[in-house]
Amino acid sequence: MQGTSIIPYLLSLVLAPLALGVINRVKAVFAGRKGQPLLQAYFDIFKLLRKGAVYSRTTTWIFRAGPVVSLGAVLLSLTMIPWGGFPALLAFDGDILVFVYVLGVARFFTVIAALDTGSAFEGMGASREVLFSAIAEPALLLGLVTLARLTSGWSLSTVLPGVSTATWIMAGASLSLLCLAWMIVFLAENSRIPVDDPNTHLELTMIHEVMVLDHSGPDFACILYGSSLKLWTLGALLANVLVPVRTGSAFIDILATIGGVFALAAVTGVIESTRARLRLLRVPHLIAAAGALSVLSLVLLVR
Amino acid sequence: MIPSMWPIVGLIAAGILAGLTRSSAKVSGVVGAFGAILSSAAGIAMALRMLLKGTPEQGVVEWSLPWGSLPFGVDALSGFFLLVVYLLSLLAALYGYGYMAGKPPGRTGMSWLWFNLLIASMATLFVARHAVSFLLAWETMSLASFFLVGFENEEKDVRRASWIYLVATHLGTAFLLAMFVYWGTAVGSFDFAQFPRIRDFGPYAMGIVFVSAMLGFGTKAGFYPMHVWLPEAHPAAPSHVSALMSGVMIKTGIYALLRTITLMGDPPPWWGWCFVGIGAVSGILGVVFALAQHDLKRLLAYHSVENIGIIALGMGLGLLGWSYRQPAMMILGFSGAVLHVLNHALFKGLLFLGAGSVLHATGCRNLEHLGGLMRKMPITGTTFLIGAAAISGLPPLNGFVSELLIYLAAFRGATQQPAGLVIPSLVLIGSLALIGGLALACFAKAFGVIFLGEPRDPRIGAAHESKWMMTLPMLILAAACFAVGLGGVLIGPVLVLVVANITALTPEVVAGDSEWLRTTLWGVAFAGAGLFLLVGLVTAGRNLLLRGRVVSRAPTWDCGYAAPTARMQYTASSFAQPITLLFATFLRSSRHGKMPRGLFPAESSLETHVQDAAVEKVYTPAFLFIRRLFERMRVFQEGRVHVYVMYVGVTLLLLLFFAL
Amino acid sequence: METFTDNILAVLLFTDLLLVGMSRLSGCISLVAVQGVLVGLLPLFSPEHVNPRSIVFFVVVCALKGVVFPVVLSRAMRSVNARREVEPFVGFGWSILIGVGILAFSFYQAKQLPIPSALVAGTMVMPAALATILIGIFLIVSRRTAVTQVLGYLVLENGISTFGLATVSGIPLLIELGLLLDVFVAVFVMAIMIYQINREFDHIDADRLSTLKG
Repeated sequence: MQGTSIIPYLLSLVLAPLALGVINRVKAVFAGRKGQPLLQAYFDIFKLLRKGAVYSRTTTWIFRAGPVVSLGAVLLSLTMIPWGGFPALLAFDGDILVFVYVLGVARFFTVIAALDTGSAFEGMGASREVLFSAIAEPALLLGLVTLARLTSGWSLSTVLPGVSTATWIMAGASLSLLCLAWMIVFLAENSRIPVDDPNTHLELTMIHEVMVLDHSGPDFACILYGSSLKLWTLGALLANVLVPVRTGSAFIDILATIGGVFALAAVTGVIESTRARLRLLRVPHLIAAAGALSVLSLVLLVR
Repeated sequence: MIPSMWPIVGLIAAGILAGLTRSSAKVSGVVGAFGAILSSAAGIAMALRMLLKGTPEQGVVEWSLPWGSLPFGVDALSGFFLLVVYLLSLLAALYGYGYMAGKPPGRTGMSWLWFNLLIASMATLFVARHAVSFLLAWETMSLASFFLVGFENEEKDVRRASWIYLVATHLGTAFLLAMFVYWGTAVGSFDFAQFPRIRDFGPYAMGIVFVSAMLGFGTKAGFYPMHVWLPEAHPAAPSHVSALMSGVMIKTGIYALLRTITLMGDPPPWWGWCFVGIGAVSGILGVVFALAQHDLKRLLAYHSVENIGIIALGMGLGLLGWSYRQPAMMILGFSGAVLHVLNHALFKGLLFLGAGSVLHATGCRNLEHLGGLMRKMPITGTTFLIGAAAISGLPPLNGFVSELLIYLAAFRGATQQPAGLVIPSLVLIGSLALIGGLALACFAKAFGVIFLGEPRDPRIGAAHESKWMMTLPMLILAAACFAVGLGGVLIGPVLVLVVANITALTPEVVAGDSEWLRTTLWGVAFAGAGLFLLVGLVTAGRNLLLRGRVVSRAPTWDCGYAAPTARMQYTASSFAQPITLLFATFLRSSRHGKMPRGLFPAESSLETHVQDAAVEKVYTPAFLFIRRLFERMRVFQEGRVHVYVMYVGVTLLLLLFFAL
Repeated sequence: METFTDNILAVLLFTDLLLVGMSRLSGCISLVAVQGVLVGLLPLFSPEHVNPRSIVFFVVVCALKGVVFPVVLSRAMRSVNARREVEPFVGFGWSILIGVGILAFSFYQAKQLPIPSALVAGTMVMPAALATILIGIFLIVSRRTAVTQVLGYLVLENGISTFGLATVSGIPLLIELGLLLDVFVAVFVMAIMIYQINREFDHIDADRLSTLKG
């Protein structure tokens, strides 16, 4: 276990909520507001950690397990993300699929915890969540196939570091399509505009926020932290491809990738400020388009 | 006789005894169930010994009727399937003993006879090495399961289901009969040992055999669109029988296809494409139809179609790896498919047993009426959750491991050059990812609607946990799901033997080509352990924080909506509605009911029904056409015995006259 | 011994014709019983030496066909109060003509059958067997009541037995017994059926079963 694996992991654990702050700050700038502090997400999490909890009488242990299992799963998926060309904490052939499916575990438990409350609102959110991520999954995986083909590896730790400026020159078109597809997946999986609006809490169009309505106290802190980590993890996946700085110096490479994640957060903020949320019925089409883009990027490569 | 046949003899004897003692439910139940349990235990021991030692058995049973002596044998492929069958049979028998208590005695006795015969015929099928014994076992299996499906034959739906099953299975058998006759007459023997000589007859003959095998065995396996019997028959049978039918009986089709491939060898690429195409269609449509179901057991039955699709995808890649000389891909594909056979038996068995437990406790299979059972049936609920997670392919459970192997095979294929390899691999990755996501949606729905929230119907409020005889098998299966999910490395050597058997390579070659897989499987185990560790840490932290603080219980907040009723919860249909809408092309759900109208709407209702597109578009028109055709022949159907005998007499006379 | 066999077969043929022309039901039953005994006698006169097997067979066949079946049938007939006449579709005159036609056909056709003559004891065996079989079928077709159908079936079986018994090589005992069992069960089933039809419909006219046709 090397420092190049463990230090970025620990850094991620600390920095993840900051990305939320960056998004909010960008949105505030666009709206001409002063906006909340950059560290607001940390304040929220610490405030929640100090509170007690209220559980619905309808719920069972599933409801309590939901937030912790989801957070644990996201923590695990983060261990498989390499940073700046160095292998991840957990790396083996085939970890690509473990990564994707561990995120599935997080989703499954969030969804059943939502159903455990018996609330129609949360059922609605859960129903949308499973549909959108079911369509997003092929896009994510086919994108990984593109990378696997480019770098002939079976592990995130060989596939992502394998992307360099040389790769971009060789297969630029294919990689840009891939990044576009993954951007859509990134927005959908993290419940951002144009798929979901993280700011509204009571609209019927909501997905993620509505599923966690009933959680409180430390459980809700887990959820908040978990979703910021998920944003961070998927952002890192994309940043590794988008910012192929491979100088060989751990300090520069890893910092560049982390910088990439923050840049991505800023871009997300811009998208959120300039775009409107799609009609719910249109969302599957958008995500399916991401899948089509992934396929196209592969086709360009196989040709 | 070979030793592996003794459990079969034991099963048949126990079954007949149970049938003879059917006047007493107690005696016949004990004899039937425990005969099945003991024989299965013996069978498991023998299969395990075979798989660990790796030496095939051969033997011949002398037979005085026309086809001479019948050879039997056990190799790794048979041994693996025997293990799966006996494992699930043992647990299903124990469960059935608890489940059948209180049913009418005469009928339970007979059902134990058919149950044991079903297991015995499946086991015989796996050891048969001759077309005659194979078909005999095949037919016994179909008939025994037919009688089991018709167990509650006073219900109209059950009768209808069992007839559909009988017709479907015999249509399949018709193709098999044709296949074996063609194959046997071509090579001049019905002994499997002679069957590989079909290679001398060129690709055309092999193609005929392959296509009829796909149709015949595919019907039993439940490939789309030959699956139509499956969602009818599985829900109708008693739950432990559904578990057995769905968990292992449909796998006999997979076994037979694998055996056919093994006997022919050297597949052309189009076989692999066929499998991948059928697998993708079965997988996606299976899960989409499952999503639209309101009946728990029907939902599970459609998931069998889906999982058979996944197995077919794995086999397809294995075949393509074989055709394109990609040993690693071939090994990954076949081992994924074979492992998924075991995994599907484990989690589908578990889920059907759980469904039976729910049915037993509430008398209700309709998802729209269930709810909140987790608090009343914690063991059933928890094991069902594990099964649901496993069938959705979530780590660290078993479903993930086999899907991982298949994915890896596809990744291999997708990074090769020939388009014939790349395109199927991409199809596979895309469809498997979609299947995984939709399966997760479906089981979030099923588990959530049955076990979470509040009961939607006051009648199920009195539900209670089942007896230990029913919960113990579920606990064992749930533990097995974890065991396979984490201990993939230990199963590796067995898979090597089985795959070597299928592909006619030596185990050493296969092991050599899959050496790197050990790291992957270790990685999976490590990741699984890591998941437990991390979740444990987070839970401990949360509980530590909550200690000494106010933890209160309140009604569900529900955005401040104060007076919810249980009927206002999201239902199964509403949960699945966005997805069914997306796949409306295939689903064609019909809605009827009373819409609310006016300022003060009175009582209103809405019902949706989903008709299987294959039934609606293919089978109904086809059978109507056949019926019209045969209606013309009614002229001959005088309805008098005399006239029929006259037909016989006239035929005889004409034959005598013209043939001589 | 061949002459004995031939004589028995001639009697058999005669009973065939009588059956076709017989109008009384009880008479028909007796005739079939006589036929059964005749068939049972055949193996005793086969060219091979008489062995214990054929004696056992004689006893079983005579007991069944000569005694048990007629008794069962008469009882069934009495218990349902069947009419005592045969009620044919085809008149008796025509029936006898057809019977004679069948005989002629059988004698002609038997020569065409590709059976080595060494296998068959006597010249009469094949024609007699064939004729008995065909007349059995004719009886089933042309008679209305269920009892006569059972009789026709028995005659048919007699023909098959004749064919088997009289050929020199013989049929394995197992198959002989199997055939016998077959008939035995058939008669019982039919007897029960007659009884049941009667109970359900108040008559045993198989003709009226056609109302069940869909």
